[in-house]
Amino acid sequence: MKKRKINIGVTGLNAIDSPGPGVSVIRALREAVSFDVRIIGLSYESLEPGIYMHDLVDRTYSIPYPAGGADLLMARLEYIHEKEKLDVIIPNFDAELYPLIKLEPKLKALGIHMFLPTLTQFEERQKVNLNDFGKKYNISVPKSKVIYDLNTVHSLPSEFSFPMIVKGKFYDASIAYSIEQVKTFFNKISAKWGLPIIIQEFIHGAEFNVTGLGDGNGNTIAAVPMRKQYITDKGKAWGGISISDEKMLDMTRKFLRNTKWRGGFELELMKNKDGELYLLEINPRLPAWIYLSVGVGQNIPEALVNMAMGETVTPFVTYDVGKMFIRYAWDMIVDREEFEQISMYGEL
Amino acid sequence: MSKMRYERPAIKKLETGLPNKFGMRTEYEPTTHIDGVAVNDLVKQYGSPLFVISERIIRSTIKRARKAFETRYPKVQFAWSYKTNYLNAVCSIFHQEGSWAEVVSGFEYDKAISLGVDGKKIIFNGPEKSVEDLTKAIKNDSLIHIDHLDELYTISELAEKHKSHPRVAIRVNMDTGVYPMWDRFGFNYENGQAWDAINKVMHSERMELVGLHCHIGTFMLSPYAYGIAASKLAELALAVEQKFKHEIRYIDLGGGFASKNTLKGAYLPGIDTNPTFDDFAEAISTALLNSNFKQDKLPLLILETGRALIDDAGYLLGSVISNKRSSTGRRNTILDVGVNILFTSFWYDHKITPAQSFSQYSEDTCVYGPLCMNIDVIRESTNLPLLNRGDHVVIHSVGAYNMTQWMQFISLRPNVVLIDPEEKTHVIRLRETLDNMNSMEKVPAHLEKFSI
Amino acid sequence: MKLRKNVAVSEVGLIFNPVTGESFSVNPIGVEILELIREEKDQNQIMQVLLEKYSTDQATLENDYADFIDILNHHHLIEIHEETKD
Ligand SMILES: Cc1ncc(COP(=O)(O)O)c(C=O)c1O
Repeated sequence: MKKRKINIGVTGLNAIDSPGPGVSVIRALREAVSFDVRIIGLSYESLEPGIYMHDLVDRTYSIPYPAGGADLLMARLEYIHEKEKLDVIIPNFDAELYPLIKLEPKLKALGIHMFLPTLTQFEERQKVNLNDFGKKYNISVPKSKVIYDLNTVHSLPSEFSFPMIVKGKFYDASIAYSIEQVKTFFNKISAKWGLPIIIQEFIHGAEFNVTGLGDGNGNTIAAVPMRKQYITDKGKAWGGISISDEKMLDMTRKFLRNTKWRGGFELELMKNKDGELYLLEINPRLPAWIYLSVGVGQNIPEALVNMAMGETVTPFVTYDVGKMFIRYAWDMIVDREEFEQISMYGEL
Repeated sequence: MSKMRYERPAIKKLETGLPNKFGMRTEYEPTTHIDGVAVNDLVKQYGSPLFVISERIIRSTIKRARKAFETRYPKVQFAWSYKTNYLNAVCSIFHQEGSWAEVVSGFEYDKAISLGVDGKKIIFNGPEKSVEDLTKAIKNDSLIHIDHLDELYTISELAEKHKSHPRVAIRVNMDTGVYPMWDRFGFNYENGQAWDAINKVMHSERMELVGLHCHIGTFMLSPYAYGIAASKLAELALAVEQKFKHEIRYIDLGGGFASKNTLKGAYLPGIDTNPTFDDFAEAISTALLNSNFKQDKLPLLILETGRALIDDAGYLLGSVISNKRSSTGRRNTILDVGVNILFTSFWYDHKITPAQSFSQYSEDTCVYGPLCMNIDVIRESTNLPLLNRGDHVVIHSVGAYNMTQWMQFISLRPNVVLIDPEEKTHVIRLRETLDNMNSMEKVPAHLEKFSI
Repeated sequence: MKLRKNVAVSEVGLIFNPVTGESFSVNPIGVEILELIREEKDQNQIMQVLLEKYSTDQATLENDYADFIDILNHHHLIEIHEETKD
């Protein structure tokens, strides 16, 4: 029997040194066994490598940045839909989720499916809310405190010991070993990302990630833990290995059961020397290393598309342990005309 | 043969980081008409710059706000926050829609009275109320919201003197988890000041404590904070009930709901992210309904919402004076609209759209006003089509605070025009004239003559 | 004033400068000006053509033209010879 063909729009084609997950997601989808795909790339900038990978991406359209507003994005997606009959969209940037969650009913009415967390889930996991999140769902998180005022910095040593982490509300984190450093980072990070600043307990230990998929009813559809083996200066995993850690899987299942998370996710975890696990961050989307999930026997993007399309998906229960991914950079040769075409017309 | 529309020649480098022409199309969409009236006609008839207020939008906004609250809570009363926009025509629209008046000075108080507002339906807030103001308010049986102890004692003395029993409320400030905490007005909840003040009022027996008031901040983005404020005031009201067997008639949660404007530095546009009236109404009514009031003893909920009710109804029309290039090659466009009449450009990235249609070509532009001052920046960076000198632009969502905080500086303040629901235009505030300004000045005799 | 050698202008307004490797997009009136420059028309001739075609005045056009030429020069797309520089 011929497999059905699904038209899938994918963002995050920036497979650069701090990569977006789009290209990995597409590779996974191309290997799906339950359907065939036509991939519509959705790009922001003309040099996103995925635009030019014609064996992976059938056609690319540029879309407006989320800062342009949901209406503008909707208008552009309607135009693309008219040409491409999109069945599914998989967003791969955090910043896109807010407008897309809001647009979900409208897109659904057009026949475009997504499988996203709810707005509450999306908001609850924001960095500034991590403490409350941990309390509400009974998950260990590092102690943290949200501060707005440089004058409150002096009372920190009574609550935290050095070093402590100084974080921006969206991005950026630095390790401070003295009050002076806390102040410097406070000023530096708040100038860039605004207030508040988050002070977080520093956990000594090793970093782990788990990616997976929740069905929105508390069930775990997929979960793959990975230990970062090589970390770039941007904090991204350049190599990693799938591991079998029941504690980690337990925490993941608990996270899904308690929050009823809907959609793909990545958990960033720290394990201290006593073997205790702490949840550092929840990314509300699939990670750039998602292709490892295919390598270990859980094609998470494929399952996500099936969930989005309303199919029942049997949860994955096993995966291969000890499989590694090693990332590499690859220089493509591209004709200038293609770059000009996407730059001028927003289509390629 | 008629000539083609002119657009200045423009060249743009194709850069990877630059959004291409699909980047910001909303900013291109021209605003040729406001409520059916052509922008170009408005400018021709009333000049540029020009404030335009849509009566239709005011009415639909207040109706939407009322509906959000009234479907969730049985007793709701809006009071129009005069300071937000006290043009008489604007206040009258709100009063026609059933809003009381909320004033914070003797001037605003007199304005409400002169408009014909029943004194019983004026809420008198603010830290500065003179003896004369308070006497007036007591005689008119207005609702006086006490800000500090000195005021409490003054009212008590005046009540004695005039043998009356003024209706008062205590303004409470509190921690609702938002920053900054507005703790300079009223009495603090957490440290017991508020409870103290309540006791002083109750024991004095010269005043009737009818309400509890708070105003937790402005442009609030968290409905949750209002839930906390409502719970805390409810707790105080119930404590009064228990201790004095006295019923608090209303809880006034002040103003502060964010409008749909985009704050500077926000990544996503306000229209997508800022909470709706429904979000605020849900948080507030849930908190009140879940508190321990008996069903038939629920207090009246008063709201002094300002900016969220009027921002979207106000437009500022302007014209391009000149296009320049900065020393770094950046496009600068100078408008005839300065920050002296658009105060809010310090906080908001106001949406600016051209008033005539354009091609898809655009440039990253810094929009300046005409004041001879460096701070006169309307937008630091926005993507605008290639505007010609004399073209008109529409600046959106300027209805709140600009027409009360504007400054007369080096030029005269412009006309304000109201478009009524039948799409007829009315000047509701005349452009100032030199005579207006000079009529307030006096030149001493020895300075009258000079020869240069 | 001359367009630099090898600078390619396409009908839709794409310019590629092979020396610097940069690409640009130009609006239609900009393409017209570039074509007129390629035909080695001088500023007066160019002004005349444009004033006949577009509804604008001489002062505005001269101003915008000068600005455009500045930017072309800044991006090394044209060569300004001494004799035409006045
Ligand atoms: C006491 C009081 N009520 C109401 C308002 C109106 O606030 P907003 O325009 O933020 O709704 C203010 C504004 O500062 C206020 O001080």
